[in-house]
Amino acid sequence: MPDLGLDVLFKGKNMMRLLGGLGTALKISLTAVLLSIPLGILLGILMVRKELVIRAITRLYLEFIRIMPQLVLLFIVFFGSARAFGSDISGELSSVIVFTLWGTAEMGDLVRGAIISIPKHQYESSEALGLTSAQTYFYIIIPQTVRRLIPLSVNLITRMIKTTSLVLMIGVVEVTKVAQQIIEANRMTSPNAAFGVFLTVFLLYFIACWPLSLLARYLERKWG
Amino acid sequence: MGEELLKIEGLVKSYDGHTVLDGIDLTVHSGEVLVIIGPSGCGKSTLLRCINGLEPIHGGKITLSGEEIRNGSKNLPTLRQKIGMVFQSYELFPHLTVLDNITLAPLKVQKRTKAEAEEEALKLLERVGLKDKAKQYPRQLSGGQKQRVAIVRALCMHPEVMLFDEVTAALDPEMVREVLDVMLDLAKQGRTMIIVTHEMQFAEAVADRVIFIDKGNIIEEGKPKEFFNSPKTERAAQFLNIFEFESVKD
Repeated sequence: MPDLGLDVLFKGKNMMRLLGGLGTALKISLTAVLLSIPLGILLGILMVRKELVIRAITRLYLEFIRIMPQLVLLFIVFFGSARAFGSDISGELSSVIVFTLWGTAEMGDLVRGAIISIPKHQYESSEALGLTSAQTYFYIIIPQTVRRLIPLSVNLITRMIKTTSLVLMIGVVEVTKVAQQIIEANRMTSPNAAFGVFLTVFLLYFIACWPLSLLARYLERKWG
Repeated sequence: MGEELLKIEGLVKSYDGHTVLDGIDLTVHSGEVLVIIGPSGCGKSTLLRCINGLEPIHGGKITLSGEEIRNGSKNLPTLRQKIGMVFQSYELFPHLTVLDNITLAPLKVQKRTKAEAEEEALKLLERVGLKDKAKQYPRQLSGGQKQRVAIVRALCMHPEVMLFDEVTAALDPEMVREVLDVMLDLAKQGRTMIIVTHEMQFAEAVADRVIFIDKGNIIEEGKPKEFFNSPKTERAAQFLNIFEFESVKD
């Protein structure tokens, strides 16, 4: 059997350090998710308003965030703002800010899509039955919007978890960074560690994201 | 025929300066079955939508038993309970079962009890041959079944008048019959109905009175027999002729 360098994992606290790194990644992404959901719902509602100015501003925000690679956004917030405004925010906080900006934009677009996908006739047939417009939203529109939204937002959450691997570029020690550190520290004693360590990293991301993927697929089938 | 139920006086409706309904006067009596026909875009569907307050109007007045129907007015939800509407595209609520589709408005709007509303819903479903579909979702039904459920949903509110907006236009030919049969049954029960349709034979069979609309005006009205056999206006004659075909082979 080839040497996969798995032995490194059992040296010292390496396995615990990897788990800790995963914890950091999840802390950043889930904090951002919790902030992005309400902000994204708000953004989505604004994006379907009739006022042109509001639509233009929200559209511009969405396009700006979309076009910009997440890594560049991280650099702007972490290095750029430190130089320009003399701010001194930690890498973790910078990451949460960037992921929230990004998550809000993507979530907003999902909410917008879900709202406009409800046909006008659904409002009309509900009102034709004598439901008030508040009842129409409560019983007809919101339940349908949420059903369309949940599978899509679960996918967004998994994307946000995966993308946290970028934050090592601004010095945040998350799971991928821990992996690099372990590999470098053991370069002499276990030259093959890269395979085993990154395999473990892969499994950790998989364990974090796979249940969400399953949940999304289940909900999609249930409500499809 | 009963007393005056619905009265439309000088109804004007336009979209972006284009006049769709140009001074419609129409009275519908209780128990009457009125069929509206006319070419596409003549304003017949718009007329139904105005009657249900789905469209703002730009002139004239619509009253149901003396109460004015106006888009945006406060008592509109109350008035709409008396007007049942069935749409061309069924518009069942996809996230609710057939039974919940039917009982939603009776429960939430009329505040009836669940047991009573469900009992009536099931009775009506049985009448249209769909009792076994009560627990299914709309996506599991065929077009004709969906449309029958939509009719039951409107009926369960005990409306005083029912509006049917081209309810068979989106159906496959073999499903048209099952929906029309339900409507014939309703007519037999003496319900007040206003029907927009392109099914001419059905119109002749079900109508107490036919009105022909073209370019936003009522061009002709009369008893179905007279109207279909010997229309008085040339425009109506022309329109009815469209439905006869000559052989292309000599």
